[in-house]
Amino acid sequence: MTVPKGATRREVRVAVDGGPDLVQLLTPEGERVTHPDYDIELSADELRVLYRDLVLVRRVDVEATALQRQGELGLWPPLQGQEAAQVGSGRALRPTDFAFPTYREHGVAWCRGVDPLNLLSLYRGITNGGWDPDASHLGLYTIVIGDQCLHAVGYAMGIQRDGTDDAVIVYFGDGATSQGDVNESFVFASVFNTPVVFFCQNNQWAISEPLERQTRIPLYRRASGFGFPGIRVDGNDVLAVLAVTRAALQAARDGEGPTLVEAFTYRMGAHTTSDDPTRYRVEADLEAWKLKDPIERVKSYLARSGMADSAYFATVEEESEALAVRLRRECRALADPSVSSMFDHVYAEPHPLIEEEREATLTYLASFTHHEGGPERLSGTSTPPTAPVEAF
Amino acid sequence: MAVVTIAKALNNALRAALEHDPRVLLMGEDIGKLGGVFRITDGLQKDFGDDRVIDTPLAESGIIGTAVGLAMRGYRPVCEIQFDGFVYPAFDQIVTQVAKHHARSAGRTSMAMVIRIPFGGGIGAVEHHSESPEAYFAHTAGLRVVSPSNPLDAFVMLQQAIACDDPVVFMEPKRRYWDKGEIPEDLVAAVDAHSRGDLFRARVVRPGRDLTLACYGPTVRTCLEAATVAEGEGRELEVIDLRSLSPLDFETVYSSVRRTGRLVVVHEAPVFLGLGSELAARVTERCFYSLEAPVLRVGGFHAPYPPSRLEDDYLPDLDRVLDGVDRSFAT
Repeated sequence: MTVPKGATRREVRVAVDGGPDLVQLLTPEGERVTHPDYDIELSADELRVLYRDLVLVRRVDVEATALQRQGELGLWPPLQGQEAAQVGSGRALRPTDFAFPTYREHGVAWCRGVDPLNLLSLYRGITNGGWDPDASHLGLYTIVIGDQCLHAVGYAMGIQRDGTDDAVIVYFGDGATSQGDVNESFVFASVFNTPVVFFCQNNQWAISEPLERQTRIPLYRRASGFGFPGIRVDGNDVLAVLAVTRAALQAARDGEGPTLVEAFTYRMGAHTTSDDPTRYRVEADLEAWKLKDPIERVKSYLARSGMADSAYFATVEEESEALAVRLRRECRALADPSVSSMFDHVYAEPHPLIEEEREATLTYLASFTHHEGGPERLSGTSTPPTAPVEAF
Repeated sequence: MAVVTIAKALNNALRAALEHDPRVLLMGEDIGKLGGVFRITDGLQKDFGDDRVIDTPLAESGIIGTAVGLAMRGYRPVCEIQFDGFVYPAFDQIVTQVAKHHARSAGRTSMAMVIRIPFGGGIGAVEHHSESPEAYFAHTAGLRVVSPSNPLDAFVMLQQAIACDDPVVFMEPKRRYWDKGEIPEDLVAAVDAHSRGDLFRARVVRPGRDLTLACYGPTVRTCLEAATVAEGEGRELEVIDLRSLSPLDFETVYSSVRRTGRLVVVHEAPVFLGLGSELAARVTERCFYSLEAPVLRVGGFHAPYPPSRLEDDYLPDLDRVLDGVDRSFAT
C-alpha cells in the first residue's frame, strides 16, 4: 500500500450522539423528558436511592483505582462513566433474577448486595471468585470475553424447565459482540426463546480498538438478524436504562424471549489500570462525554425539582467517604490465602493427584522452616503483582 | 445375561440416567429424532421429550457454554460432541469455564456434566473424524477423563460419570461401538449403588508375568489380541485397561510393573506428550529399580491424522504392539 506524501493518520473520533433511536428520559442537563414507548414513574425516595447508588458506586471505583496505584491491588478495571448503565439495569432486577457479569460490573455487584470488598479481594489476588453466586444471584466475574453470554442462556433454559417467571440478564461490551460465543448465545436464546436480556454496554472502546473496528451497523440493530428486538438506550441516563431494562425483563417473563439492550455510554477511564488511553484516543471526546455525566444529571433533576437539597447531597457524600475509608482499611487487612488452599475445590470429589501434590508442596515448604541449619528459602513469597499486565 | 454392543450399552446407560434423575438432560446435534449419528441416543427423545433430549443449534461452544448455565441452575447436562475433531470450537468453554468453575466459586457451584466424545480412528472417515484429543483434557485440572473399552464398562461408567459431581469427559471408542459383550440383566438397579471410586480405577484385564501393556479405549482389544499371539510365542503379557485417564490409577500400573519389569503403553493418540509420556515418567520415578527395560510407547505419529487409506499404518495394530514388546525384550 502506498501512502500519499504528507498524509496523516486519520483521527479516530467516536460517536457522541446516540442517534434518533436513543431512548432518553433525563437529558444531560437534568431535564425530564418523555418517550412514547418507555416511561417510568418513580417516587422521590426511589430517585434518591438511585442517586445514592450512583455516588457510592463511583466512590468505590475511585478508591479501588487509588488502591491499585498504591500497590494494594494488582489491577483494577474502572467503571467510571458507566454507573447509570449498571445501576439502572441492576435495579431493574428482582431478587430471584440472575445476572451474569463481565469483570467490570462493580455497579451491578453493588445492586446485587455483593460487598465491594469482595471485588477488591479478587483484584488483590486473594481469590478468583469472591462471592456465592446462588446467594447473590450474581455470577462470578468472567474474564474471557463473551463466555458468560452462553452461561446466561443456559441458565435461562434451566428457568424454562423449572417453570418459574424469573429472568436472566447478561452483561458484555461492544468488543464482545465480535466473539463467536456471543453470537452463538444470540442463536440459542432466539431458537429456544429463553428469558434473557442481553445488556451490551457500548462504551465505545475495546481496550484501544474503537467501535468501528467491531461493527459497521449500530449494535442494537444486530438483534434483528437473530430474530429478537434490539433497543438503544442512553447508557448515562439511569431512568431510561431502568425503564428499558424493566420492559425487557418483563418481556422475558411473559415468554416473549430475549431482547438486546445497547446502553450507549463511554468508558471515561482506562480499560484497566495497566492501560494508557492517551495513546489511542483524543481529549475532545472525553470533554464531550463529561457533559453527559450520569450522576450530575440526576443531581440537577433532584435539586431543581425539590426532591433533594444540599443537606441530602452532603449526607450521601459523607456516606461515600465512610465507605471508602472502610474499604481501604479492610482491603489492606485482607490476609493472603494459605498455600494449601490452591488445591481446595479443584474437584468436588476426591482426586489422588491433588492430594499427592498438596502433601508434597506442604512438606517441601516445611523443610525451610522447621530444621535447624536447614536451607534458606531464596525465592519470593506471595505478594500482589505490581508490574503492568498488558492484556487484561 | 444380555449380549449388547457398546453403542446399545451407552444407550441403555443414558436411558437409566434419565429415568433415575430428572435433572439429567441430553444435549447435542442430531441426538433427537435421528438418535445421533452413531444412534447412541436412539429413541430417547421420543420417550423423554425434547425438553430433556435437546437437539441444539449446530454450535459446539454453544452446547458446552449453555450446559455451564444449566449446571449452575442445578441440572446435569450430558453433552454429545458429534466427532472428536469437532470439540475444538468448545475448547475454550471446556478449559476456561467447565474445568475451573468449581475452584473459582470455592466449591459453591458444581459443574456436574458429562461431555461425550466418540474418538479414535479405524472407520475410514474423512478428516477430523478420527482424532484422539484426550491428552488435552487430561492435562487440564478440574476435568476428569475416562474411556470404556467394552459394553459392561460403557454401561456402568457412563452412569457413574453422570452421577459424578465433577465434569467428566467421556471418550467413546467409536470403532468399537459395535463390539459385543455381556451385561447382567439385573445391573440397571445395581449401578446406583456402585462405588464411584471404581470409575477411576484401572483394571488388569489379562494377567501375565513377563511384560505389562497399558492401554485404554479402542486399543484394549488390540492389546488383548497381541497378548494372545505373544502367548503362542511363550511370552505372558499382562494387559491393563486404564479406564480413567484423569485421574490416572498409577498404583495399579506400578504394582504390575514391579512384577513384570517391563511396560509398553499403547494409544492411538500421538505418543509425543501423550498419556504414555506421563506414565513413562511416573513409572521411571517410582519403579526405577524394578525396570528391566525403558518404558516404551506405541501410538500415533507427530503428523496430522492421515487420509483413511493410510490409517492402518498410523494406528497401533497387532504388529506394532508386538514390535514394541520385542523392542522391550531386546534391551
